[in-house]
Amino acid sequence: MHPTERAEPTGAIKMKLKTLLAKHKTALVARWVDSIVETYPPETAKFLKNKKDQFQNPVGHTIVAETKNLFDQVLEGVDREKATPFLDRIIRVRAIQEFTPSQALSFVFSMKYIIREIVGPEIDTEALDQELVDLEASLDFMALVAFDIYMSCREQVLDIRAKEVQQNAYLLLRRANLLVEKPGPRPEDS
Amino acid sequence: MDTKPEFKPGNFLYAGKASALETVGLPNPRDWSPTDDDWQLPADWKGIVHEGMAERLQRFRSFKLFMDVCVRCGACADKCHFFIGSGDPKNMPVLRAELIRSIYRGEFKTAGKILGKLAGGRKLTEDVIKEWFYYFFQCTECRRCSVFCPYGIDTAEITIIAREILNLIGCNIDWIASPVANCFMTGNHLGLKPHTFKENVEYLLDDIEEYVGVRIEPTFNRKGAEILFVTPSGDVFAEPGIFTFMGYLMLFDHIGLDYTWSTYASEGGNFGFFTSHEMMKRLNAKMYAEAKRLGVKWILGGECGHMWRVVHQYMNTLNGPADFLEQPISPLTGTRFENAAATKMVHITEFTADLIKNNKLKLDPSQNDHIIPTFHDSCNTSRGMGLLEEPRYVLNNVCNNFVDMAPQVIRENTFCCGSGSGLNAGEYLEMRLRGGLPRANAVKRVHEDHGVNMLSCVCAIDRAVFPALMDYWVPEVGVCGVSELVANALVMEGQGEREYNLRGEENPSYKPPAEDEASAEAGEEGEE
Repeated sequence: MHPTERAEPTGAIKMKLKTLLAKHKTALVARWVDSIVETYPPETAKFLKNKKDQFQNPVGHTIVAETKNLFDQVLEGVDREKATPFLDRIIRVRAIQEFTPSQALSFVFSMKYIIREIVGPEIDTEALDQELVDLEASLDFMALVAFDIYMSCREQVLDIRAKEVQQNAYLLLRRANLLVEKPGPRPEDS
Repeated sequence: MDTKPEFKPGNFLYAGKASALETVGLPNPRDWSPTDDDWQLPADWKGIVHEGMAERLQRFRSFKLFMDVCVRCGACADKCHFFIGSGDPKNMPVLRAELIRSIYRGEFKTAGKILGKLAGGRKLTEDVIKEWFYYFFQCTECRRCSVFCPYGIDTAEITIIAREILNLIGCNIDWIASPVANCFMTGNHLGLKPHTFKENVEYLLDDIEEYVGVRIEPTFNRKGAEILFVTPSGDVFAEPGIFTFMGYLMLFDHIGLDYTWSTYASEGGNFGFFTSHEMMKRLNAKMYAEAKRLGVKWILGGECGHMWRVVHQYMNTLNGPADFLEQPISPLTGTRFENAAATKMVHITEFTADLIKNNKLKLDPSQNDHIIPTFHDSCNTSRGMGLLEEPRYVLNNVCNNFVDMAPQVIRENTFCCGSGSGLNAGEYLEMRLRGGLPRANAVKRVHEDHGVNMLSCVCAIDRAVFPALMDYWVPEVGVCGVSELVANALVMEGQGEREYNLRGEENPSYKPPAEDEASAEAGEEGEE
């Protein structure tokens, strides 16, 4: 089966690694947040991390909230349907900012390095190498889902741009009979 | 300061067309693009910029003060929607201003001339001009930062001056230059000729007849009318602005207003404001010249943003006094609009609120029951003229479900639509989606918490740009003008069944007449 066609969630990671990651959740998520905000210039990174108001710092707020949700997905096994809204909220922002596609999505892969950095020694001690391989496969799947979301955001930007051209001259196009109207009942039909 | 901006599709606006610049006599008309290495600046561009800056430092005390007074406290830093949405620190108002302030220090102040960077100064180069173009067309002049500045530094005024200086060497954008040229020649941004303007209105009158069941007969260019009505031309051709326009037509018919449309002053918007003070004056003058020609008593203005900033803050200095007009008095209620004593021009929302307050409208707000609207305060009407209560009063009277957004993002704290001050061009969509992110985020919250499904506003640029912004960030939310919601609720004399709204869609809030009434009517018909 092609990895993107995975209908079932990736399997939940084995108990030992799960317990280990859960124990270090705060540190792991915090480092994940850092890895995302550090893709911005330093002045911006400071703002994204420190300003707590969700209305005045929507990007920072989204990053903090959704990395937590995504981390839980990693522990439970990545489910495309469940992970999509969490990923979407982060990627929707990065898809229209000054990032290349790889820069926009690199954060998913960062988690692999963060886990090795923070719990690597304990993984070695406990001999959880195989469990780690499974976990990294989960993150790879998350990256594939992220890629789909990124592309749909970009396609949406193009669609919106085309639609806007039409809306901005709506009546002129309609008068020139250049619009295909939405099918629907009109008073004379009823 | 040293990182050069990279012009990429989506993050810059197309250059002003030579023909548009020639039409209004702007300097250095040529074909060029911001992505060119050579911007074909005039040979003595440095002298022109230097002189232009010196002249403006003399002429505008505010500009001189804003160049000198900033203490870099950082209060403004995180208040800009473009900074919040793009993450680019040069969009922090303090750093945006620094782009020009550093030249002021480097070229005009002794310490900066000698010490350069050490004194915060730098020299004027072509790269500086490119950076100015990139960032001063990335500020919507919304003035949110000025609300938080302890010194009251108004970055909008810095941007206004910077754009004015850029215009001196022909560095401008087509989305502003062409509407300015069109407005100057034919009276509106798209260059609609009088007959086209009139035919468009007639088309909308046909729609009103079809959906509401009443035929309205407004007048055009009628001398001796009591009131001249002026609104942004976007409302006469763009969706969803046309539904707001239909709202005006219905409201004025409902109250029997003695008013007329002008096919010459057929634009309330004033993109001259985004070009130079002189251009703003030239375009603003048309409305008043037309009011004088038609002999009206006063002017009523439609839902627009920057038109009101120009009228409220600049008109009297530019083209006043409008002593050939009378201080506006509502012919329906007798209310004297004291705030319009100088400009002789009243905002449609103030006018409507006054009508409602005096029970002059027959309203059925239940017609809007399927709509849960929130309200976007346009930067210009809120921070620029203090129109805060009236739209909410109107909305609460024509709808049953109005919900406000969070207090930190409404009224004078409102977030910009991200496309104001002439930046609403299609090629700039990605930058606009960044700039509009904070506003969309607040809408998303009221959508999730309260089921809000409509973003209402009183600005034509808002109406033009919010559909795209909502489609990307909160697709469940539509966009409308306040006057469209007023019209939905108006009970028009002789109206038919209101099964359809002004958009030609079935109205979910429509209640068919009770069966006994219907059968009684059928019986009467049968007897005849």
